[in-house]
Amino acid sequence: MYEHDVIVVGAGGAGLRAAIAAEEAGADVAIVSKLHPVRSHTGAAEGGINAALRDADSWEDHAYDTMKGSDYLGDAPAIETLCKNSPYEVIQLEHWGMAFSREEDGRVSQRPFGGLSFPRTTYAGAETGHQLLHTLYEQLVKRGIQVYDEWYVMNLAVTDEERPEDRHCHGVVAYDVQTSEVAGFKARDGVILATGGPGQAFDHTTNAVSCTGDGQAMAYRAGVPLEDMEFIQFHPTTLPSTGVLISEGVRGEGGILYNNDGERFMYERGYANNDGELASRDVVSRAELTEVNEGRGIEDEYVHLDMRHLGEERIMDRLENILHLAEDFEGADGIEEPMPVKPGQHYAMGGIETDENGETCVGGLYAAGECACASVHGSNRLGGNALPELIVLGKRAGYHAAGKEMEPAEIETGQRGEYETATIDSPVELGEGGVSGDAVADGGAVAAGGPADPDTLLEQTVEAERRRVDELQSGEDGIHHSEVRSKVQQTMTAHVNVFREEEGLKQALRDIREARDEYENVQVMDPSKTFNTDLLQTIETQNLLDLAEAITVGALARKEFRGAHWRAEAQERKDDEWLKHTLLSWNDGSPELWYRPVILEGENKTYEPKVRSY
Amino acid sequence: MSTQPPQQEHEESPADTVDESESTPPAQQRREGAKTDKRSRDAQRQAEADAAAKGDDPTRHIKVFRYDPEIEGKQEPRFDDFHVPFEKGMTVLDALIYARDQYDPSLTFRHSCRQAVCGSDAFFVNGDQRLGCKTQLSELDDPVRIEPLPHQEVVKDLVVDMDHFYEEMEAVDPYFDPDETPEGELEEQRQSRANREKVKMSTRCIWCGACFSSCNIAAGDNQYLGPAALNKAYRFAMDEREGEGRKTERLETIEQEHGVWRCQTQFSCTNVCPKDIPLTEHIQELKREAVKKNLKFW
Repeated sequence: MYEHDVIVVGAGGAGLRAAIAAEEAGADVAIVSKLHPVRSHTGAAEGGINAALRDADSWEDHAYDTMKGSDYLGDAPAIETLCKNSPYEVIQLEHWGMAFSREEDGRVSQRPFGGLSFPRTTYAGAETGHQLLHTLYEQLVKRGIQVYDEWYVMNLAVTDEERPEDRHCHGVVAYDVQTSEVAGFKARDGVILATGGPGQAFDHTTNAVSCTGDGQAMAYRAGVPLEDMEFIQFHPTTLPSTGVLISEGVRGEGGILYNNDGERFMYERGYANNDGELASRDVVSRAELTEVNEGRGIEDEYVHLDMRHLGEERIMDRLENILHLAEDFEGADGIEEPMPVKPGQHYAMGGIETDENGETCVGGLYAAGECACASVHGSNRLGGNALPELIVLGKRAGYHAAGKEMEPAEIETGQRGEYETATIDSPVELGEGGVSGDAVADGGAVAAGGPADPDTLLEQTVEAERRRVDELQSGEDGIHHSEVRSKVQQTMTAHVNVFREEEGLKQALRDIREARDEYENVQVMDPSKTFNTDLLQTIETQNLLDLAEAITVGALARKEFRGAHWRAEAQERKDDEWLKHTLLSWNDGSPELWYRPVILEGENKTYEPKVRSY
Repeated sequence: MSTQPPQQEHEESPADTVDESESTPPAQQRREGAKTDKRSRDAQRQAEADAAAKGDDPTRHIKVFRYDPEIEGKQEPRFDDFHVPFEKGMTVLDALIYARDQYDPSLTFRHSCRQAVCGSDAFFVNGDQRLGCKTQLSELDDPVRIEPLPHQEVVKDLVVDMDHFYEEMEAVDPYFDPDETPEGELEEQRQSRANREKVKMSTRCIWCGACFSSCNIAAGDNQYLGPAALNKAYRFAMDEREGEGRKTERLETIEQEHGVWRCQTQFSCTNVCPKDIPLTEHIQELKREAVKKNLKFW
């Protein structure tokens, strides 16, 4: 068994920042990640990092824009924490040598981004995430922080008290991809999940194939609620054939969207009369799909993003990476022709319920970054707000887990304080749904009556995961996970996309149920004990099943139109009924839905919900 | 899925494939490969024409290196043939994913972002180090030979041991380490646009290892830092924010026996870099800086 004070799972921006913070606070910290850190998907982020750095700007304005962008579903304490700390964290990155784009006077450049009242998006060309990820990894190397890379965390070692709020996480169990060893990692002080989003639940996504929401699924099954999972951001500018992202920076610099009739539809069709192309992402995605659905798309599939008028010099200076992406992945030359774009799954606003210090309701268990939901983004994330979340909340989780003294959080977690329970209107049984309920194959928590002693708990969890590996590899005539995975991805893209209808959502739940039942007979075809990616992906597919279901349940429950979540049956925001977060608890395999009110009371003011127009 | 029969030719006798991959000297192998290329290209064209006539998608033929140290039948390296239905825009990575998901789930390769930024999927494709996700099948002749990166130990199939590469990267103090840091928490270090431009290309490295694998010197000298690590050293040595003191130390690191002077300016690293980093130029500039530094102390 391996042992450290703090174990960080995942090595993207949030995981690296958390590890650095924990080390600064004096902890013996290690990272366990299925990828080498520089392979993490943070590296694909393009646009930038929002931070109120200039005198004419303020964190209050950043907070207001973020709350408005969230369509009043973000929690004020989380948003204000983000906006106050972002300038310090951005300059910290600068002090660590990050290669930001620069102004004439040598200061870091900022540009306009969608939904912002001030051009406060700091950036490094159109490869900000790559620069951020490598800068953080350099600091990790400098500090000599241990990384167990290509170790896949399969489960958390969490005690099994009846109420999740009484449980405690003592470590993780991981699978060494190189050798198939299954080992326990005991965390004396805390486990921080920083495993990214569940983008692979969809088949047209900007997310890497590694973005399978592993941390979310593990936390969920260990009893931590998933919050606001229905809110999925569909980025308006992804390449049609691959889903590769074309940064919002293109529109920030002045790029224009055209339909097949050559109309600048954001204005000409009245989708956003003030901000046009720079309206919030959900607004632009719906506009594009409406154009396509009404017959004004190009090849009935996409619209055009034109940046030719910016000129080669400006494009090369600020958006060079976009030229390469459009050329390599769509065969379009952005200097000579408009680029084809359509909406694609990009980001999950929801995730593991945490407070503004990254703590979940399970003792010793933290989450930060896209996998977490504090909630900073509410029902719609603004462009340029994901990267600051990684560094601000990653750092706080790292400090808190390492025992550094911090202000107590204002946000409640778990079924404490004010909340209401609800019922789920599902056409099929959810969760384990009465099928075998085999805790081993499902990667569920250790069976009831488990020990409280951390070492024994870890050993038992390791044993359970070893059995799971053996079982997955021992079946005969089973189904291959890729069939199950693609069934889930297809139904999610067909029914839980930008536009959502009750019957479609129910169909998605039926399809997911069917996929779950098929997964009961899943079989790893590769018998090897060396670098068995077949096994890895089979386990990831289980995680995607749980998360796809959670996303769909949330979408079915929320009968209103807020932010990224559009419902055919209820085309307006209903503040009287729905100023509340959707929470879904695993409840030992029978998912339970409940709600908690949004916190709109900030430090100095209350954010009054207003009509959100751009 | 294609309805054309020989989707996978596992039955190909191991002896034949071993012969092809192992015992033939590389140069001869390449010549023979060219001959086979020609033959199968013709066959491929015929097949594509036939398929087009029938209204089916054409298929592409990939030959993939296979090896697993503990699976019987894979302990001796071999090549497996897969025929994948071609779609416009299909990359080498797409073809591998198709072959794995439809024909052989044990086919193993690293990949993640699919957009040339995670650096996981550098392979040896028809004799060149290339990123699978960034290489269009339409640019390549059939059969497309996909092998692990040369000069690195093969773990399994297309997966190589990257540890040595990472060790070299970490041997050059690959982190920003300025002589002085501003006192104020919100005080920026200024950097001129020109200086940012100077280091820009060097910061684009995605650690894919293509350059290191292509370098003859690195293949012959196990301690040679190699192009990627030297580029990393360049990235900091040329950053005006670090200061002269640190730069001198960095130049001492890269001047050591297995450093810049080993480079024989063959440009193989520059030629294969998927991010177009002028690696050889950066190494040359480090040599010049090192000479200047030494002159200063004479």
